[in-house]
Order: sequence, then structure tokens, then C-alpha cells
Amino acid sequence: MAKIKYIEHNGKEHVVEVKSGMSVMEGAVKALVPGIDADCGGACACATCHVYVDAAWLTKLEPMQEMEKTMLDFAEGVEGNSRLSCQIKVSDTLDGFTVRMPKSQH
Amino acid sequence: MTRWENAMGDSVVIVGAGQAASQLAASLRGESYQGNITIVGDEPYIPYQRPPLSKAFLAGELARERLFIKPEEFYTEAKCTLRLNTVAMAIDRARKTLKLSDGSELTYSKLVLATGARVRKLPLPGADLPGCFYLRGIADVERLQEFFKPDKRLTIIGAGYIGLEVAAVAVKRGVKVSVIEALPRVMARAASPAISAFYEDEHRRSGVDLRCYVRTESIAQSGGALAVNTSSGIVPADFVLIGIGIVPNVELATAAGLDEDNGIVVDQFAQTSDPSISAIGDCTNHPCAYAPTGRIRLESVQNAIDQAKHAALSMCGKAKAYNEVPWFWSDQYDLKLQIAGLGAPEDQIVLRGQPASRSFAAFRLRDGVIAAVEAVNAAPEYMMGRRLIAARARVAPERLADKAIPMKEIVQ
Repeated sequence: MAKIKYIEHNGKEHVVEVKSGMSVMEGAVKALVPGIDADCGGACACATCHVYVDAAWLTKLEPMQEMEKTMLDFAEGVEGNSRLSCQIKVSDTLDGFTVRMPKSQH
Repeated sequence: MTRWENAMGDSVVIVGAGQAASQLAASLRGESYQGNITIVGDEPYIPYQRPPLSKAFLAGELARERLFIKPEEFYTEAKCTLRLNTVAMAIDRARKTLKLSDGSELTYSKLVLATGARVRKLPLPGADLPGCFYLRGIADVERLQEFFKPDKRLTIIGAGYIGLEVAAVAVKRGVKVSVIEALPRVMARAASPAISAFYEDEHRRSGVDLRCYVRTESIAQSGGALAVNTSSGIVPADFVLIGIGIVPNVELATAAGLDEDNGIVVDQFAQTSDPSISAIGDCTNHPCAYAPTGRIRLESVQNAIDQAKHAALSMCGKAKAYNEVPWFWSDQYDLKLQIAGLGAPEDQIVLRGQPASRSFAAFRLRDGVIAAVEAVNAAPEYMMGRRLIAARARVAPERLADKAIPMKEIVQ
């Protein structure tokens, strides 16, 4: 279990308790946090769950797999701290993890 | 909590409780639609994702509650009434009412048919014997899983997405798998010959007994097991999975006199031949600029989601023509197949990368324009391909085939 902070593009914050083993994407969808579409449901097939990760956390995450890296490479508005939230698995160590959502997922 | 004021007495009734229905409810509230929303579904479940059924859910890697597209609270908060375990029986277009299996009636100002599709039944002797399965819903998978034990013999009829995804999950579990395909190659409807050949090799290397161009003739009981009679002999099996496609659920629409042609006929705004009735998702035959004939019926999450979004816009007075690039994916073993666009038999096919590297793509060119891309573990080709298809880009075949030119620089 970890408390994850989701910040919408307009600045609105949502703090959600997410079960370990779920993805950061699922945590948002289950808590009705807007701004993450996740059209493919977490199969790393659509790049509509794009988030920006707080710099302090970037190094604490498992490194990106090749598929996520290349999907992101072609998504809109990608920055150095971009991730696909369906590929970030929640664990206790992620308590306090913060992501920001882009303006649009399409 | 948001309050929905329904001063006009508006009411949207959605028939079907799948991906399209869920998206429509979300998009309507996203567009501040104020009326009542009711979803009528014949399964006992709130809307869930079907793609994982033949993948992670079948493999036991995804719990059932993770299939649900949105949590139950979403429907409560959105004031969307769920009528589950309920079948829509008949539409009365003159009175604008929908009759339900429990005898009650719903009145609509707008009716949306998101009825989806059902499995195509194998019209052969023995196809209904105990031990023969189809795969479309949660209940189908839960029945199938009981047979997923090491050394059980599974014969799969049909080498499309469902058949091959199940084959991949089953061999990993130690099940002995045979796949029988009537056409000369696997995924013949969805992919180019080079992609088919690659997947045939992968399945055989993983231990699947794959037989293409073989006709299934009947299924019989044999001792305590089953025998699948084919044009290449008898294939013994402990259980059989039939995956030979789906047929759209159009009967509710046709009984009400709506136009039908391999799907409920709709326009670019998801409108049927009755202005008070829309249709979205797998059940629709819709205009599509990417289809060789200009119209198509798609079986995909992308279409369900995007058509639902466009239907919502239209119902909220913001009509925008639906014209998205179709996309699909399939997970088999550690391979991700991502397809964008639609192929036609006369396409010129250009390969990029070596299949032996297990990361390559097939581009389809039609009159020099990129019409589709089929990418195996090749996200740059897929993602850039999608954009190029939407832009109707022309790229010389020799450039596309040249891996030394990065996808981002492929257009001159």
C-alpha cells in the first residue's frame, strides 16, 4: 500500500491509497482521478496514460523497459521525466510518489 | 459530488455494458450531459475489458476485479443506473421505449445500441459436446481455466487472435496444444504473410502443434476424451476451444427496422437510420476513410472508445465526424503485435527489420500511401506508422525498408 499523489494539469491534487501490485495508472482509474485515459487497459499499447514524475522519484523507480521507452518516444509532450503510468508498479516504497498529468492524452 | 440537474427529463439508455457503453457514460458526463443515463447489460458484471480475457486473465496473472474498466462507484457518482443480468427484448420506436427481460420498460430520448458481438458457432457435428468451449466473457474463461492443467490436451480450432493468444498461455502452463486453421496461414485476416510466417515459427518453436490449411470436419466423443476429425486426420483432445470469429448482435436493431449490413449501419456521428437511436462499437458498420471500401465493422477497443466519444459529442451538440486510425494489439509469449490502419489484398508490403531479430514491421502501401503498419516488438514503427497513416504520408519503399534511417526521420 502506498499513498500516491496525482496532480491534474490544472493543479488539482488527488491523494490516493493504492494497493501494492497495482499500477499507478490503475490507482488513478479506480479512484476516478481524471487525466489518465489508459485506452488499452495497461497493455503498454496506446500511450494514453502518460504522466510526469517528480524528479526526486525518477531514480527510485524500476528502469523503463524498451517497449515503454519507445512508446513514450513518440507520444505528445514528452519530457525527460515522462513515464507511462501503467508500467509503474506500486509497492510500499512508493509511498508519497507524485505524478503530474499532461494537458491531454491524445 | 457533482449533481446532475435533469430539467428537460432527458434520458439516454445504453444497451450493452462493455467498453463502448462505459466510455459513453464517462464521455457524456465529461461533456456535462445532465439527463439520466441507464446501462442495460445481460452479464452479471459492471463493464469490463475483454482483451485481457485471452491473455493475462486466462493466465491467472490478473485478478477479476482488475478487469473492470471503472469501479462501481463511478456509476454511482455519475448517476448512471446499471441494469445488469437484464436483456433488452424489443425497441418501440414510436413510443421511444425499450422492453426489458424482467418485464419492465425504459423510456428514452436517445437510445444507444452498444450490443457488441457474440462468438461465431462452429456449424459442425459435435461442436456442442461437453468439453468444447468458446471465449468471449469472464464466465467462458473461468470454465476454461479448470482444464488448464499440465499434460491436458487442448485442440484449438481457428488461428486468429483468440486462438493464438490462448495457445501461448496454454503451452506456458504445460498444456499440450494443437491448433487447426482452415486457411493457409495464421491471422490471415489481420496480418501480412511475413507476420503470419513469423508467428507460425514462434508457436511451433514453443511446442504448439500448428496445422494450417486443415479443415475441421467434426468433433466426437472418444473414450473419456474428444476426437477432432480433420482433413489431416484425427486430433485427440481433452478439451477444445473454438475461436473462429464473432458475429455482431444486430437482432434488436433489425427487429426494430433499423438498417443492417454486417452490423448496424451508422453514419460518422454513430447515428442509425432512426435519429433517436445511435450505435457504437463492435456491432456497427460505419464509414471509415481507412477501409478499402469506405465502410467497415471493427472489432476493437479503439473503435469502441473512439466511437463512444464521438457519439457523446454528437449528443451534446458538438458533433464531430468520427475518423480515427484503427489500431489493434495482440500479446503472445513475449511478443507484442501492434497494428494500425487496415490492409487490402492489393497492398504493396514492405518489411522493415529482420523477423529473426524478433523486432520488425510490415508496412502496407496503397498507391504509394502508407495504409497500415503491423509491428512486432517495434514501437517506433507502430507509433510513427499511426501518424503517417493519419497524414496519408507517402514514403518510398526503400526508405521504409532501411533500418539505418530512424522512424522519426523517415519522411523526407
